Amino acid sequence: MDFGGINPAILIASLMAASVPILLAALGELVVEKAGVLNLGVEGMMIMGAIVGFMVTIQTGSPFLGFVGGAIGGAGLSLIFAFLTQVLLANQVATGLALTLFGLGLSALLGQGYNGLKPAATGAVPLGPLADIPFFGRVLFSHDWVVYFSVFMTGVIWYVLKSTRLGLILRAVGESHEAAHALGYKVNRIRLGAIAFGGAMAGMGGAYVSLVRVPQWVDGITAGAGWIALAIVVFASWKPWRALIGAYLFGGITVLQLNLQAAGSSIPVEYLSMSPYLITIVVLVIMSSGRGKAALNAPAALGQNFHASR
Amino acid sequence: MLRRTLLASAALGLGLTLSGGAAMAAGMDKVKACFVYVGPIGDGGWTFQHHDGALQVQAAYGDKVELQWQESVPEGADAERVLTQMALGGCNIIFTTSFGYMDATNAVAAKFPDVKFEHATGFKRDQPNVSTYNARFYEGRAVQGTIAGRMTKSNKIGYIGSFPIPEVVMGINSYYLHAKKVNPAVELSVVWAYTWFDPAKEADAAKALIDQGVDVIAAHTDSTAPLAEAAKTNGAVIGFGQASDMVEYKDGPRVSSIIDNWGPYYVKRVGALLDGTYEQADAWEGIAGGEVLIGEITAAVPAEVKAEAEALRDAIAAGTYHPFTGPINKQDGSAWLAEGATAPDGDLLGMNFFVEGITGDIPQ
Repeated sequence: MDFGGINPAILIASLMAASVPILLAALGELVVEKAGVLNLGVEGMMIMGAIVGFMVTIQTGSPFLGFVGGAIGGAGLSLIFAFLTQVLLANQVATGLALTLFGLGLSALLGQGYNGLKPAATGAVPLGPLADIPFFGRVLFSHDWVVYFSVFMTGVIWYVLKSTRLGLILRAVGESHEAAHALGYKVNRIRLGAIAFGGAMAGMGGAYVSLVRVPQWVDGITAGAGWIALAIVVFASWKPWRALIGAYLFGGITVLQLNLQAAGSSIPVEYLSMSPYLITIVVLVIMSSGRGKAALNAPAALGQNFHASR
Repeated sequence: MLRRTLLASAALGLGLTLSGGAAMAAGMDKVKACFVYVGPIGDGGWTFQHHDGALQVQAAYGDKVELQWQESVPEGADAERVLTQMALGGCNIIFTTSFGYMDATNAVAAKFPDVKFEHATGFKRDQPNVSTYNARFYEGRAVQGTIAGRMTKSNKIGYIGSFPIPEVVMGINSYYLHAKKVNPAVELSVVWAYTWFDPAKEADAAKALIDQGVDVIAAHTDSTAPLAEAAKTNGAVIGFGQASDMVEYKDGPRVSSIIDNWGPYYVKRVGALLDGTYEQADAWEGIAGGEVLIGEITAAVPAEVKAEAEALRDAIAAGTYHPFTGPINKQDGSAWLAEGATAPDGDLLGMNFFVEGITGDIPQ
């Protein structure tokens, strides 16, 4: 079963793996933005996760601990952002951009001496006979645990935001921090928690790049994936399952166009490469036409700092 | 007040540059050499080698040279800003180390006639203070192609292209011609990554090729990611170090490499600036000139194939063999080189066609 020389099972399996970093980072950022904080430092947190995760795996030989380390690395960097914006009330956009620059530089410094090393491999989850099912075995049951984790987290975040008290509080803080404060919620503490969570998710996404997708460390390894994750959050209009679709679309089209070329297809790859960005623009135009910010589903207090004395 | 001070110091800086220019003809006591890199120094490939060359300049002249560099400068408008800042900052000679800086280099050079600009792999010398330098990578590709043709078991070999520019097309043609020469059944798949440096995408490109049954991969991008991807196959797929030796993959998929050796050229040019003999140039050295080195061919390659590849390398170095020697037809079947004719440099530098036998189009 081939289309244009491409086996769809292999294609879908590769796009699921290729999308994991941007999916994890986008989910984290989605939660952060739902809490009313705009953290543009995703790229910096991802690359910190990539290097810290890589270092931990090299030192301990355990890829799992590497992912834990990556999450801690990303969360650690995000706490700098949290301190600056939630305690010192610095501008979130400027701080986020600075965080990216800082993360890129710090990771290059930490990574000295780690060039050219090979981390322990993260194998596929042994699902036994399930992996031998034609088509679906290859597509669904031949992945490493992080792929399943990313889908699982999509569901968890969707459920928590939609149906739990915690999700309600988080959304209240993001929609109207004054009202949430009046109700007695600690706005800045809740936001701090959300920022750390977002950092941990971005860090895991980064660790996936350096531990699984390109199992090595080179400076600037994430190469802009954090910015795509930010775009996906907007594309998804702050909804977790749409973020999953967005990540598979962005990741999938990259993989698809490379596979089409390798298979010698004559479809012009430039159009495929630009299509996710075109779709994002179209989605933005449609969502923002006419019905205002509410239709965009953007958290109303997004990007605004809060201080209890106001 | 502050602005006035700023203007005054800028004017002073400009004056210093001008007086520096006047002294240039008679040599200089101290040269500030600046480098613009397209990726991070830690890429382990292209930029790593350029920086290595820069450090050789420092080693050769010590205190007489001051180095400055900037990493990961995007090709385009940003490059012009960086170049302008460097020129204003007192750089005497600026090396722009990627093809995409070509127009920015010439545009900024027009504004700073006393600063020397050196553009790698380009062909535009619109200003008298712009020189270009390049290496004949296609000679190294010929050696790789020979190894690829002999080593492939599936008769499918792959090439990860960065951008469809003459330098890359040249490499693809040379690689294919020499693989075909030793193995007529060989088929080449080309994947364009549209990036010089994006490890994840480079790895994806290598994976796409491997999924298609390719078992020898040559990369024309800057990182070691394609080798890392090939390493996942436990020896089923081999590849080559690109731009740098990439020795860390020696025990794995890397069977040989092309090493860009920029140091001697950088040392020569900065030295010329110091002693006052600097002139505009268009340098294009290859294996013979020591600018392209072939990295050690590992034991994964059978001895007779290794000997064959090394004989080819030596023939190119001695000047007895040109990798583009006719008869060669273009992809559409029309004649390019007649029997025994070798390709003129002009044809190579503007190469925008595949040779006969390669399938697929060059994106326009």
